[in-house]
Amino acid sequence: MATVAEVVDRAYRDDTGRAVATLIRVTRDFDLAEEAWQDACEQALRTWPQRGVPRDPTAWLFTAARNRAIDRLRRERVGREKTAAAMQIAELEAMGDDMHEIPDDRLRLLFTCCHPSLALDARVALTLRTVAGLSTKEIARAFLVPEPTLGQRLTRAKRKIRDAGIPYVVPPREALPDRLDGVRAVVYLVFNEGYEATEGELIRTDLCAEAIRLARLLDHLIPDEPESRGLLALLLLQHARRAARTDAAGDLVTLEDQDRSRWDHELIDEGLALVDESPRTGSYQLQAAIAACHDRAPRPEDTDWAQIASLYDELERVRPSPVVALNRAVAVAMADGPDAGLRLLDPLADDLDRYHHFHAARADLLRRAGRGTEAAAAYDRALALVGNDTERRYLERRRAALAL
Amino acid sequence: MKYLLLIYADEHGFEGMSEEERHEVYAAYEVLMKDLSEKGQSLAGDELQPTSTATTVQIRNGERLVTDGPYAETKEQLGGYFLIDVDDLDAAIDIAARIPSVHQGSIEVRPIAD
Repeated sequence: MATVAEVVDRAYRDDTGRAVATLIRVTRDFDLAEEAWQDACEQALRTWPQRGVPRDPTAWLFTAARNRAIDRLRRERVGREKTAAAMQIAELEAMGDDMHEIPDDRLRLLFTCCHPSLALDARVALTLRTVAGLSTKEIARAFLVPEPTLGQRLTRAKRKIRDAGIPYVVPPREALPDRLDGVRAVVYLVFNEGYEATEGELIRTDLCAEAIRLARLLDHLIPDEPESRGLLALLLLQHARRAARTDAAGDLVTLEDQDRSRWDHELIDEGLALVDESPRTGSYQLQAAIAACHDRAPRPEDTDWAQIASLYDELERVRPSPVVALNRAVAVAMADGPDAGLRLLDPLADDLDRYHHFHAARADLLRRAGRGTEAAAAYDRALALVGNDTERRYLERRRAALAL
Repeated sequence: MKYLLLIYADEHGFEGMSEEERHEVYAAYEVLMKDLSEKGQSLAGDELQPTSTATTVQIRNGERLVTDGPYAETKEQLGGYFLIDVDDLDAAIDIAARIPSVHQGSIEVRPIAD
């Protein structure tokens, strides 16, 4: 039997996005919508222990939130705003206990939260707070910023939405590809922050899980978008390896040394199915196809590196970047030997000199080519730049293992 | 909502254009202004004289300071503006993207405070 707190928690996790999106559609007020929903959940925590959990907790919570919103509209709207408020109240009253969710509501919310006129960190915070229903405290902890700082970031973003007139709409067809790219970038950023934490612990599973939830939502709300599907596949295929990416001591284990029996094969199967049914044209689809090559291989030596190299080739064409070129060089090295890879790395030195992965990759290829002294120097450079403790310990072990 | 679209561009770039090129830019502005006024979206819009004609005024400790030149020396200068009335920021951004100078310069979109 679930406790009251568990039921409320669960409703909060599952329904915040829908409830808040519906309330914002009617009231156009982020704070009012959030606070009304928050109040309803607190009210449930207070009253359910005596009265018992209602048959349909979500309907109860939404009705309570709706009533809170009506109260506040009655109390706070004065003068000119009164007319608008009266219409909003009528609309809320007509809803009963059904959220009357228009599927577009959450989509509108997502596009508003990811509007390009908001700063990137504000988009991320707002999406996690409003669409995913994380608390300010959770988001602050996930991004290692003080809670008041994160709170201010959210307040400023909401104020900008109101004062700059950022619309609460799904963008028109002609603007959709660009704006969808922006939404996917936010989801990917959330995942990456969880997958390779910039500081401290290596993996923050909660952020990764949140990103997957958002990617699923996006794929569900605007179906048949190959890049959204590619993004979901990519996240699933990477997240599937989480248990094997660190050892008992919390140290990084590279793909080559991971215990593949600890991979999450349910997620892999889901990811592979998505990859197999999608074209391989966009950057997320290509990255997913690359992740699939790794996840498909029962042992490291079964990895189809030639295929991976050719996918990186294509990726570099679609989205040229020094980091993609770096990954391509590593794949070529695995397919054709370290010297071939090193030849491709050299021209990237200017662009990537501040990037620890560049020096770590170079060190590894130099080691494989039997050039130990140069490898040691490259590890030193990588160690000087790395910010994450787990990666640091890994690089130190690799450097110590060089037979000099 | 009302928005001020501030047009920033390198004024030397414009001065360096041939007569014909300048003519084309003005023609493009004409087309946009005509469209905006037909839709009732334009409240005002003007080109400014170059910053060489600018004067900056300040009062400090009760004393009036009048100096030659723009308030801030920047790579791109304020060269004109549109005051528009549209539904929301997306509509304002769409109009900003149609201002001819957007290809060389930058358009700052600022909502008017009520």
